[in-house]
Amino acid sequence: MAAITVKDLRKRFGDFEAVKGVNFEVASGEVFGFLGPNGAGKTTTINMLCTLTKPSEGSAEVAGYDVVKARDDVRRHIGLVFQDQTLDGYLSAEQNLRLHAELYGVESKVVKPRMEQVLRMVGLWERRDAQVMTFSGGMRRRLEIARGLMHSPRVLFLDEPTIGLDPQTRASIWGYIRQLQQTEEITIFMTTHYMDEAEFCGRIAIMDGGEIVALDTPEALKEAVGADRIRIETDDDERAIAELGERFGLEATMSEGAVSFAVADGEAFVPRLFAELDVPIKAVSLSRPTLDDVFMTHTGSTIRDAEESSATNRNRAVMQAMHGGRR
Amino acid sequence: MSGRPEVTRMASTTEPLPAGAGAGAPSPHQTVEVRVPPRSWRSEIRAIKIVWKRELIRFQKDRMRIVTSLVQPLLFLFVLGSGLQQLSAASTHGVDLKTFIYPGVLCISVMFTGMFSAASIVWDREFGFLREMMVAPVRRSSIVIGKVFGGATVASLQGLILLALAWAVHVPYSLGLIFGVFGLQLLLAFSITAFGVMIAARIKQIQSFMGVMQMIVTPMFFISGALFPSGDLPQWLAVLNRLDPITYAVAPMRTLVFANLNLSEAATKALNPPITWFGWSVPIALQIFTVFALGMIMLGIAIAEFSAGD
Repeated sequence: MAAITVKDLRKRFGDFEAVKGVNFEVASGEVFGFLGPNGAGKTTTINMLCTLTKPSEGSAEVAGYDVVKARDDVRRHIGLVFQDQTLDGYLSAEQNLRLHAELYGVESKVVKPRMEQVLRMVGLWERRDAQVMTFSGGMRRRLEIARGLMHSPRVLFLDEPTIGLDPQTRASIWGYIRQLQQTEEITIFMTTHYMDEAEFCGRIAIMDGGEIVALDTPEALKEAVGADRIRIETDDDERAIAELGERFGLEATMSEGAVSFAVADGEAFVPRLFAELDVPIKAVSLSRPTLDDVFMTHTGSTIRDAEESSATNRNRAVMQAMHGGRR
Repeated sequence: MSGRPEVTRMASTTEPLPAGAGAGAPSPHQTVEVRVPPRSWRSEIRAIKIVWKRELIRFQKDRMRIVTSLVQPLLFLFVLGSGLQQLSAASTHGVDLKTFIYPGVLCISVMFTGMFSAASIVWDREFGFLREMMVAPVRRSSIVIGKVFGGATVASLQGLILLALAWAVHVPYSLGLIFGVFGLQLLLAFSITAFGVMIAARIKQIQSFMGVMQMIVTPMFFISGALFPSGDLPQWLAVLNRLDPITYAVAPMRTLVFANLNLSEAATKALNPPITWFGWSVPIALQIFTVFALGMIMLGIAIAEFSAGD
């Protein structure tokens, strides 16, 4: 059975259509990633799936329940980890989890063992009595993940779970996600704009401008791009670029002190390059398409551009929070 | 263009991640399966209880708040009370002004703490915790009720501290006094907190919220007769006084405290005249009911507002 089924889901805010009719299915047990710059409609989509925002049109089922008609049933079966932290800093880690268990009506006798399990998983069992305000950002995120798991949700939603965290914490969060896949019957739905993390997802949907522009496994997406990237260092870069254009019809650019261009079947091209290019080559490197290239192909912008705009978006989000845009 | 060279760098950062991921995770242990039952009245009661309990835990951990919210009532009681005593000795029929103000101060302390309790819902929103409560599979009303009851309990616990000061203003203790005062404080705290939560549904910034509350609560407190007898007031003030809901909390409180004192009839008449509506003196029970009814209405509005807010 599909854990999530989305049919022509749309969301309008006034004149602005944030989500323009998306369709997809997530199988039970899958790790499904939503990739895209901020403002692409990822969070709006996730909010509709979590019953936080009502769709303007279309329908969605999560864990077998309709997100509009059976809101409470959806809520009972999902865990949420938001971008902004939602812990009570005055309470201890344990008190935060207990509060969650009470709100979700978790059977009293399993609260304690389940709490121990999830806290041990994120490595916070020893710190369970400490006030959350003394925790670092990484610890808080880990605690939020533990809390999202307290009621054994069928689907865990993670909205940018690793944003703003150091590489080590990011790595351990991915460790938990993998471990979860093995130990629990859980589907994970996450959004991210870290390319390297998207690689860990079973399937990825790339979202841009409120639409899903590509959806497949990371491997298939990369294969679909076709071209490999070759970088060469030469004695005369300008002449090399000109010659690449004339002789091979390739559009090469200078970047970080090397000539860079994309070409199909790069391994076969390198020998030709050495044989036919008149400019002496000092060094060459070949790379397979990455998700950056996939992203570039489908959205027309690089990930760096996307991250820059997401930084402005984050500032905007902070401003919004200050003005009470959040509920 | 400039983003393209990122390719190699991004690809290389991919490498250490999976390895680190394996190392960072503890070995898997037994999974405890949890099933969340469908919503029932029992789950709602549990939700109300835990939201209520959270307010108490936070109150207990926030000692600063306990101290700071005592400052204002103590200023009114001792500074204003002692200071104005010299002017008013003649007209209070020998009653210490502090004794007269005391019931009013019991009300103010609750009002201001109740207001702060309500403000916590704005803080919760600002710090994101409100969202954790709002997405739980329980009715919004349970969250709001828990919050209002929690705020009311905290405010009346605070009020108990002031009850301990009765000896300092020449009010003898009795069981009736203690339970009566606590009960009235609980009622007033409930209504004020419900009012605050109702406002908090609309006003989402803490600064504006505090501003609005001050703007509304301070005049209500001054007009209520907490600091003066509501007998021979100028016409305009008498009208405002009767319209002010706090009046109907202050008058029963004063009646309760005065019942514990040996006052001459003249003093009682001058200092605690009955509240009248067009010459009809309003029974204490009706006054108390008015406060309760207003509290319930505001709670209803608060629930409606939070339930609609999707």
